[in-house]
Amino acid sequence: MATAQAESTIPTGIWQSDPIHSSVGFAVKHVVGTFRGTFDEFAATLTDTDGSPKLSGRAKVEGLQVKDQNLYAHLLSPEFFDAEQNPEIVFESKRIERDGDRVVVDGELTVKGVTKEVVARGEITGPAPGPDADRLGIDLETIVDRHEFGLDWQMDLPGGGKTLGDDVTLSVHVELVKQEA
Amino acid sequence: MKVLAISGSLRRDSHNTVLARAAAELLPPSAELELFDGLKAVEPYDEDDDVGGGPPGVARLREAIESADAILIATPEYNSSIPGQLKNAIDWASRPLRENALWGKPAAVVGASTGMFGAVWAQAEVRKTLSASGARVIETDLPIGHADQAFTDDGRLADVELRERYVEILDELLALAEQTQETGKLAA
Repeated sequence: MATAQAESTIPTGIWQSDPIHSSVGFAVKHVVGTFRGTFDEFAATLTDTDGSPKLSGRAKVEGLQVKDQNLYAHLLSPEFFDAEQNPEIVFESKRIERDGDRVVVDGELTVKGVTKEVVARGEITGPAPGPDADRLGIDLETIVDRHEFGLDWQMDLPGGGKTLGDDVTLSVHVELVKQEA
Repeated sequence: MKVLAISGSLRRDSHNTVLARAAAELLPPSAELELFDGLKAVEPYDEDDDVGGGPPGVARLREAIESADAILIATPEYNSSIPGQLKNAIDWASRPLRENALWGKPAAVVGASTGMFGAVWAQAEVRKTLSASGARVIETDLPIGHADQAFTDDGRLADVELRERYVEILDELLALAEQTQETGKLAA
């Protein structure tokens, strides 16, 4: 049955993210809570035209969405993403493995000009027919140490402790649309 | 390559002004040092006054920073922190964020004090405020302690090791300025 095969393989062809029904974001501990942000401008592509599937994504740092303009500027400054020198966050997969609705993606993540190997895990759904073309859902998550990418800002709290956590959870939820051959 | 030096001390015979000026002969021939002499004239920060280029003293400060490829700040330490007028100037130069004169500007901070610690805490605070303003700040500091005995009569650092460290900081600052210029050219 075709569906049984689809559950253990990555579909072939070229698939591009639908920006409306996709999101890319991060979460990091802040004092006692969790601070979240999203990147509004991004694109992800899944390609398998030669038997080896590849997932790649790019997000514009300037597309960062946070709720305060001074915080936005601070995050774009050299203390954080250094947007003028490093305008994009880039991911390129090296290996994708699917087991039913589970998926593991190994790849290289580049943030602030630093490239590191990461392993992202999550769920894969479909492909299934959409209103326009077949669609495939991929939800991935990985945790990185922001200091490995040179995002070192920190501030001691007046009563002791640190303002910002070191581990950052990156989340990608993409709905990919099959492109016509 | 133009380096703008700002001494955080207003005093006529300031050790920090001597320290800022001492950078001139330690820079390579390709770079020139300009000492900013308008710090005392920078008006007290008031967002209501920040229209156009700002009040005259502020406009001069902002223009001087904008026209420089890198900035060098020599700071004294008052009550374990930054002198008020220097902080006031950084606050003006930091507004508005992302369009400000300090945004992406390569910067180094040095400091002198007559005590034994050489304004090391003030330097850390200046680096912190410059970084928060969007500048690219070199991490290395240059604490000149016992500043009343640290300079020769002609305004050079007497200690050879400190002089070499100053040269290293200035070289790092110029390398950062060149790198920033190159990236700017690529982006343009």
